[in-house]
Amino acid sequence: MNSFCAVFKRELKSYFATPLAYVFLVIFLFFSGYLAFKQGFYEARQADMRSFFVNLPLLFVFMVPSTAMRLWAEERKVGSVELLFTLPITITQAVLGKFLAAWLFLGIALLLTFPMVLTVTYLGDPDMGLIATGYLGAFLMAGGFLAIGCFFSALSKNQVIAFVLSVVACAVLVFAGMPTTLNYLSTFLPMGLVTAIEGMSFQEHFESMQKGVLQFGDLAYFVVLIAGWVAACAVILDERKAS
Amino acid sequence: MIEVKELRRCFGPVVAVDGISFSAEKGQVVGLLGPNGAGKTTAMRMLTCYIRPDSGTASVCGHDILRDALGVRRSMGYLAENSPAYPEMTVGGFLKFICDVRQIKGKRRKQALDRVVPICSIDSVYHQTIETLSKGYKRRVGLAQALIHDPDVLILDEPTDGLDPNQKHGVRQLIETMAKDKCIIISTHILEEVEAVCSRTIIVAKGRILTDSTPKELKEKYQASLDEVFRKITRAKSA
Repeated sequence: MNSFCAVFKRELKSYFATPLAYVFLVIFLFFSGYLAFKQGFYEARQADMRSFFVNLPLLFVFMVPSTAMRLWAEERKVGSVELLFTLPITITQAVLGKFLAAWLFLGIALLLTFPMVLTVTYLGDPDMGLIATGYLGAFLMAGGFLAIGCFFSALSKNQVIAFVLSVVACAVLVFAGMPTTLNYLSTFLPMGLVTAIEGMSFQEHFESMQKGVLQFGDLAYFVVLIAGWVAACAVILDERKAS
Repeated sequence: MIEVKELRRCFGPVVAVDGISFSAEKGQVVGLLGPNGAGKTTAMRMLTCYIRPDSGTASVCGHDILRDALGVRRSMGYLAENSPAYPEMTVGGFLKFICDVRQIKGKRRKQALDRVVPICSIDSVYHQTIETLSKGYKRRVGLAQALIHDPDVLILDEPTDGLDPNQKHGVRQLIETMAKDKCIIISTHILEEVEAVCSRTIIVAKGRILTDSTPKELKEKYQASLDEVFRKITRAKSA
């Protein structure tokens, strides 16, 4: 447990020891706000955060892999993975320590969007439950993207390759649930398969949470997705750490 | 303290380590010598449980490398080939991180740092980030992290690589002073180092042990300098 905490602490500190955290936070906060207002925040004349949450999947497709790409690719590149795995620490502890630190960092980024909540509260009387489930959905979605990025980061020593592969994988999972994609797929795929593809996409599960619906199925989707990709990351890391 | 039995590891078609066996006791400084690609680093990586052997096993302080990797890692200090560390961390922060992972806390941590920082001569760079250090200082930081828990077994992969002559002398002296209480395995290309600090020499080439003797015996047997002995053995047997 202590080794896990040590890795977690070191990883979280490392974000703020380099300009990475600040660059990420500034860009993320700028675009999350900009897109929300561009989407018609005032025009909607509704005191809710829909226009903010609706853009997050697309923003996360690029932003989360940029956080995840360094997780293991950098360790392998500079060789510190050899140091880490010759210390008394298990692969599970190390993978979880780094993953959870990165997830917390993304959580901090989401928390820093609080001025949006203040704005909505100032302008009207929003449903705070809806905002809370929206944030929970966004946090879980960030975890899902991060787990995918973590896996590709363990797969390749090259951060650019890890980034591109993660973006593609995340984009597939987001776009698979878009109405245009589903309409196109339904022209040549059986309906059952189209529904299955829709069920596997981020979009469907995130949208229902945005609407304030907290279903077991949606939570289970994110938990299974995160656990699966993180476990795959641990397996691949064990295989390839010395290659 | 170290018992190696028929360790073997291949990377694709390349046999990196081909069934090596040896044992080493407390008080011994074993020099692992060999040309590039002889399998020294792979052997060390298996001993430190970084990579798994294809067959064979080894034990360190009674802990089996296959069954009790954490036990092995707790009882040994390892300085890897390029002294890997986290470049953005300060030397102090890095050593504290190692203490955290090794569960050295509070008063014990202070004592460990007070002991290890002066003997590795890193006082002057303690607050500097590792990426700003010269190769020699990075090596000494690597050595400090390997020594911080005062392990019974030390595995050092080219410990004096990149150090200036004074620093090399300092590290050799340090190894000599530690030798009586520990079992130390050093991999090196520098033959004068073997003569200076090693009580035993194992020469390996193409993954196999060619000879296991003391530097003195080798010189007497071949009536030549260690340099020539090394060339004779590795060229003759690996040809």
